[in-house]
Amino acid sequence: MLKHAVARCGARSGVALWMALLATEAFAQAAAQPAKIDTGDTAWMIAATGLVLMMSIPGLALFYAGMVRKKNVLATMAQTLAAVGLGSILWVVIGYSLAFVGESPAIGSLERFLLRGMEMNTISPLAKTIPESVFMIYQMTFAVITVALVAGSVADRMRFSAFLWFVALWLLVVYVPLAHWVWGGGFLQSAGVIDFAGGLVVHLNAGIAGLVACYLLGARRGYGTDNLAPYDLSLAVIGTGLLWVGWFGFNGGSALGAGGRAGFAIVATHLAACAGVLTWMLLEWWDRGKPSVLGMISGAIAGLGTITPASGFVLPWHGIVIGIAAGAICYWGCTKLKTKLGYDDSLDVFGVHGIGGATGTILAGVFAVAAVGETAGLLEGNGGQVLTQLYGIGVTLVWSGVATFVLLKVIGFFVPLRVREEDERVGLDVALHGESLQ
Amino acid sequence: MKLVMAIIKPFKLDEVRDALNAVGVHGMTVSEVKGYGRQKGHTEIYRGAEYVVNFLPKLKVEVAVEDQVADKAISAIGNAAKTGQIGDGKIFVTDLGRAVRIRTGETDNDAL
Repeated sequence: MLKHAVARCGARSGVALWMALLATEAFAQAAAQPAKIDTGDTAWMIAATGLVLMMSIPGLALFYAGMVRKKNVLATMAQTLAAVGLGSILWVVIGYSLAFVGESPAIGSLERFLLRGMEMNTISPLAKTIPESVFMIYQMTFAVITVALVAGSVADRMRFSAFLWFVALWLLVVYVPLAHWVWGGGFLQSAGVIDFAGGLVVHLNAGIAGLVACYLLGARRGYGTDNLAPYDLSLAVIGTGLLWVGWFGFNGGSALGAGGRAGFAIVATHLAACAGVLTWMLLEWWDRGKPSVLGMISGAIAGLGTITPASGFVLPWHGIVIGIAAGAICYWGCTKLKTKLGYDDSLDVFGVHGIGGATGTILAGVFAVAAVGETAGLLEGNGGQVLTQLYGIGVTLVWSGVATFVLLKVIGFFVPLRVREEDERVGLDVALHGESLQ
Repeated sequence: MKLVMAIIKPFKLDEVRDALNAVGVHGMTVSEVKGYGRQKGHTEIYRGAEYVVNFLPKLKVEVAVEDQVADKAISAIGNAAKTGQIGDGKIFVTDLGRAVRIRTGETDNDAL
């Protein structure tokens, strides 16, 4: 019956109808289902957790380390390792409970302090077909990569002890409330802000924090005069590949189950990355004469970061449009805006993740398709969604900006944020960690 | 004895080595060096940040030879390393005071 109907309707409307039917069916099932652990969903979410953890180590560690100078490669990797180690433990102690447990619009509860009360078969009301332990550790991988992302803005000059304090406090004070507001039943979620996998919570949040941090720490010594060229971009290319593949778990896993929505999210994600690579490459080729490898991987990450909030709400081919927008806007952000404003965001966390995260959050409101994620966007006649998205961006901007500023001021009162001048000159690997690349 | 030191383009090393072998020079020391002469550097661009790289990668080839071999070695290097393009490099020659082969203790011409 359905096949005949599709044939008569013509390809385009037929596909739309088919998707609408599928989606409605899926949601009807999800709503009707009592919380029950599904082995397929659980298997996918365990795999997705591994993929997202792989994005931090070794993905982000390689991506970042390849873009700094040789004398700071190990110190840059150390920041990612520390963010994963310290952030994960704090997440289990209290972060998860404050972000994802409880009904308050402002902050979670202490009910799951040290995971108290989490049994093997406990299920979170936020993910009704997988064990709560899997939901908890999946969300943990997001928390740790977000704080690790911020390190890129202050690469080459932040004191390691100050960074450790920053990881602990920023994760609990800045990330956890925002995650609760957007995903844990907080006031932004109630207001209808859509953010599938972290355009606000992860990317804009890290981008703004990075921007504030690099303003507070000041530019690298020699910025604008010395040659600060990357040590080994081939490491960054490997890192990009691991991030790209890991992003399938990041966005696909945010469907919290193994189904069509995860499939749509993954296809949109991959297409956005591809469109981002090509857009940045062509723009740079036209603007500067050569298509650089750093430009191509920057375009990939820009596309991936920008599709993040929209994937799971839009159609797969929207990923191409969003990826093109990402490549163009982030290229402008990293090469023009940055020069104009004069800040030294070492690895362009703001230019790629901040600008990409905000762009994607707006575009999610433009392209959202009700049949995919139950939310209609501007193209389906719901222009108000764009305003709702802007509200989410405004809150994230102010919260992340102000809270990060205050936190760093407080930390800086006890520990100098920046390394000593001679340590910066000799390199953080030797000065902070007693090791070096030969 | 002369010490012949040649700064050459890195991809010319094999030709220079073959040419030196052909005139009877069978040992040499090669180092990776950076420098510039009349050849200008190049510009590298990283996300819009431009860096002018003045010091270009070159190879330094050093050979110690008997006086009568020096001219042959110099012209062998010169012919082999030449492309005719700017940046082919230079050859410097100095007098060599002493030479010792560490394994045997032989000195001067016997040590070469």
